[in-house]
Formats: sequence, C-alpha cells, structure tokens
Amino acid sequence: MKNRFGSVRENGFLYVFEHFVDFFKWPLVAILGAALICTPNFGFMTPANTRIVIMIILYAMLGMGLNVLIGYTGQVSLGHAGFYGIGAYVCALAMTKLGWPFWPSLLAAGLFAALVGLLLGLPTLRLSGTYLSIVTLGFCEIVQMILKQWESVTNGNYGIRNIPKPYLFGLKLDMKNGGLFYLALALCILTGLACLAIRNSKSGRAFMAIRDDELAATMMGIRTSRYKILAFVISAFITGIGGGIYCVIANSYIEPTSFVFNTSILILSVVIVGGLGTVRGMVFGSALLWLFPQVFRFLNEWRFVIYGVLLVLMMQFRPQGALGWQSTLPFRMSRAARKRLKERGLDAFIPGQGREA
Amino acid sequence: MAFLKVENITIRFGGLTAVDSVSFHVDQGEIVSLVGPNGAGKTTVFNMLTGVYQVTEGDMEFMGQKLLDKTPQEIVKLDISRTFQNLRLFPKLRVVENVLVGMHIHTHYNFFQGLFHTPAYRRQEAENIAKAVEILDSIGMGKHINDYAGSLPYGDQRKVEIARAMATDAKLLLLDEPAAGMNPAESETLLQFIRHLKSIGYTVLLIEHDMNVVMNVSDRIYVLDHGKLIAEGLPDEIANNQAVIDAYLGGEREKHAED
Repeated sequence: MKNRFGSVRENGFLYVFEHFVDFFKWPLVAILGAALICTPNFGFMTPANTRIVIMIILYAMLGMGLNVLIGYTGQVSLGHAGFYGIGAYVCALAMTKLGWPFWPSLLAAGLFAALVGLLLGLPTLRLSGTYLSIVTLGFCEIVQMILKQWESVTNGNYGIRNIPKPYLFGLKLDMKNGGLFYLALALCILTGLACLAIRNSKSGRAFMAIRDDELAATMMGIRTSRYKILAFVISAFITGIGGGIYCVIANSYIEPTSFVFNTSILILSVVIVGGLGTVRGMVFGSALLWLFPQVFRFLNEWRFVIYGVLLVLMMQFRPQGALGWQSTLPFRMSRAARKRLKERGLDAFIPGQGREA
Repeated sequence: MAFLKVENITIRFGGLTAVDSVSFHVDQGEIVSLVGPNGAGKTTVFNMLTGVYQVTEGDMEFMGQKLLDKTPQEIVKLDISRTFQNLRLFPKLRVVENVLVGMHIHTHYNFFQGLFHTPAYRRQEAENIAKAVEILDSIGMGKHINDYAGSLPYGDQRKVEIARAMATDAKLLLLDEPAAGMNPAESETLLQFIRHLKSIGYTVLLIEHDMNVVMNVSDRIYVLDHGKLIAEGLPDEIANNQAVIDAYLGGEREKHAED
C-alpha cells in the first residue's frame, strides 16, 4: 500500500496509521463525537454498564491528572487516592453540609486538593524517586486516617450519604437521563485538552525537561522547584475534580474505603498501561483496566491472576505502555509559526513541504 | 574591564582541592580554550562558573556582575550558557523542542496564557519556533528538527546541545568538549562553526581535547593540571611549552594523552 500516508513496508505501520488519522482528523472527531453523544441511548447501556462506562471516563481523567506528574515531570506519586478522596469529600461536604450547588462545590474540591498538592509538593523538592514515593504513600494513609477519624466532619466509617445530584441550568443530571455520563465526559475531554495545551507550552516543556534531565533543565534557567510544585498542584487539581465527579456518581454515597492505596495503584496502572506521557493512553488504559475484569468475568478468581500476568508481560515487552509510542508526525506548527518561517526564508523546514518521500 | 574575569578561584571537596587558585580572563569576542589532562579540573571550572558548585575561595565577575553565590538560573540570565561533556539533552523531546526549552527564560507568557493559548502565547511560540529553526539551520541541523533528540547520532546530539545553549541568548558560551566523539570531518565542520560563532558576536570558552580544534580556533589557551594553572598564552607558545608537554606526555608519572 503506497499512497499519501506512506507505505507500511517502508515507513512502518505506525507512520501510516498516524498520518492516516491525522489526515482524517476532523471526520474522525465528528464520528467519535456523534457516537459519544448517542452512547446513553445505546441498547447495552444498562444501569450497570452505564456505571462502568462512567468509571472508565473518570479514571481516564484521573490518569490524565497523575500523568502530568509522572508522565510529564517524572515524579512518582503513590498517593493520588488522597487527592481523589479530598476532592470527593470536599465536594460532598460542601453540598450536604453547606448546601452549596454542585458547580461551586466541584471547583472547591479541585482548589482544595490543589492547595494540599502545594503543601505536599514542598517537602518533595528535596526528595525524588523511592523517597518521594514513600512520602506520597504516607500522605494517602494520612488522608485515609483523617476521613475515618474526624467523625464530626467526615462522619467516619459511615461515610457521607444523601449527596444530591448536580443540576445544569435547572436540569437534573442523573444516571437515567445520561446527564452524569455527559458530565464526566465533558470534564474528561476538557482535562485532555488542557493537558495537551500544557504539553505544548513553556510549562509543559519545562516539566518534560525536568523529567529528562534535571541538571540540564536547571542550566536552561528553569526554576525546577517551582515547576515541580506546579506539576503537583495541577495534578492534584485534576484529581480533586475527579473526586468531585465521583461523589455525585457513586450512588449518592461515599465512604473512606473508596480512597485507599489500591485506588492509587489503579490510577497508576492506568497511566503506565496506557502509555506514560500521553493523553490517548489514559483513555485506553482506563478502558482496558475496567473492561478486563468485566469481559473475563467467567474466569472467576482466575481473572486476577491473568490480570497480573498481563501487567507483568506488558512491562516486559512494552514498557512504554500500550499507546506510549513517540509520534512519527512532524512537530506541529501553528499557522503563525509557518508564516514566520516563510518570512525568514526557511520554507524547507515547514512540515509537509519539502518532505522527503 | 574584562568580559569574564576569574580571580584565584579554589574549590575543595573535603580534603581534595580540585581547583587551586586559578585565575584567567576572557575578553569579548575571543575564543579561549581551557586544556589539560583528564581530571585536571576543567569541567569543575565550568561548574563553578555556571553555579553548579559553590566556589570555596576566590572571585568571578562577568560583564561587571558578580557570579559568586548565584544560582544556575540567575547565571544563565546573565547570558552565560553551557554544553556538557557527557551529553545532557532532553532525549524524549524533539530537537526543536530541546531548543525551545533553551528559550525558556525569554519566553514571556505565564502558565494560564499557555493553558488557554492566548494571542500572547501564539505570538511568542511562533516567534520562538522560527528562531529555533533558524538556529538549528545555522548549525546544519535543520533537517532534524522533527527528530527525537535521543535518536540522533552522537555528533548531531552535540550540535543540538550547542544550539540549545545559543537559544538562551547567551553572550558567553561554555563548550565542554564539543568535538568528543566526532570523526575528523565532523570536527573540521565544528571548527568552522566555532569560528562562525565568533564572527556573529559570541564569546567562547572551550574545553577540548582535540588539539586540531584547539590550536586552530583559539585566540588564547590556558592549561590546567592537577587543579592548577600551569601555562597560558597563544596557541604556538602553548604547543612548545615544556610544562605542558610534561603534563600531557608525563614527566615522572605516565599520564593519558588524548590526541
């Protein structure tokens, strides 16, 4: 097959695939968008399946949040269930105890988690690798303890009940009308777009420079401490928002055990299985990790053995994650950048022009 | 007033005096080389100049500004930039992105402007990309702007490092063994390029073992051995200096000769 997308034999499958997708970008987005809009009306969307689909979307978003920290900045966190729990509780408490509407509560959940992220980010400046992992692990446990012990506020092990459903312009969003699905979907898409925007900006490049070589990043004038904290804050904000979404989709009821170490590991698995540093990978990783136990339900307890084996094989043979490839597409340049290159007589370097066969 | 003036800098790591009371200066528009056997303390001098190590004693001044007690981030803003002896690129970033990271301190938009891709962001990014491509083209790396830095051959990675250092808008470039790992043809091209840097207004302080490069490109040479300055002068003087020959070829003790 030799055409405008290159040939599989000469350029490799990935090259052809990526150029094909890039060429039909907008039609594909339109088809996917239409499919997603129609999803709540599909036959398979029973209440149980709807919940799984929403969890896939939610964990894709949580993955994106953690990815800012691990994938972009190279800082490992085993404590993201802490931010997730903080987000869920802040949102739930704001709605039940303070009687706030959903949207300001959700924002408060994100901001509060971000503030905690800032505080957690401070000691991590002097730590990295294993030590940082231990600190974040401890953080997760502390949050768990507070949720369980601070009974006057969090209601301890009983959790928070009767969390109201969110409203949008007077319309109640629930499972039946697909409102919660659209809510999660919209916020997940916004998060994905934000992550891509960050990745293509000065801040994102600073994150990745720190990940690739911290000393060299320092020598380029990047204030590495500041950017590491920023990564923590962004990551915590996204995860806190995720927690806020969780509190309204979780049967109007949350309890501390939803935000334990295992939850951190699940989020981490989404990032690593999907593809470190990519947004597409988060969606795939989340779908894989949520669907696998469902599809292989007939294997009973064996599915967890297979699940484990799958993860081990994955790390052995595809450590970059399922969709963690490096793009073969040329560096994306805005129209303004192309124009400036043309003005300077550097037309040859504009992607798509003067490209060799 | 000297462009870069270094007076009696000393650094001790515990009991080891790695650099012992070294003084030198670089005038604007010069190419000055720092040579010496392995372990002589050349890279340590670079690390002191760029704020990686804190000087134990002595004084350093660049264009009238004190360099002591400054962080690396502050020093790069004073227009000093460097490359590394053992490549320190950002391997998972594209070549052009590596150079864009070099422009970090001159990229004037904040996080939120970047997040929402405001007109200020678009303008600055477009300008930076054009400039990055221009720098890469000038060093003969225009073809590789889309490649990932980690996938390039060694010699090309060195060029990207120089391009990244240039992108900081530095006036003084500290190049740490730029010709290492290059074949003779490549190092000849590098020689031309360093001359070109001088002609477009850069001042270069060079650490290099490739004597062909050092002798042909340097205005002046300083020789370090065991942390001490043992000679300084024009390339011809250095080539015939007995202390230098002893240091390189071994007086009483056999040492490693690089060329």
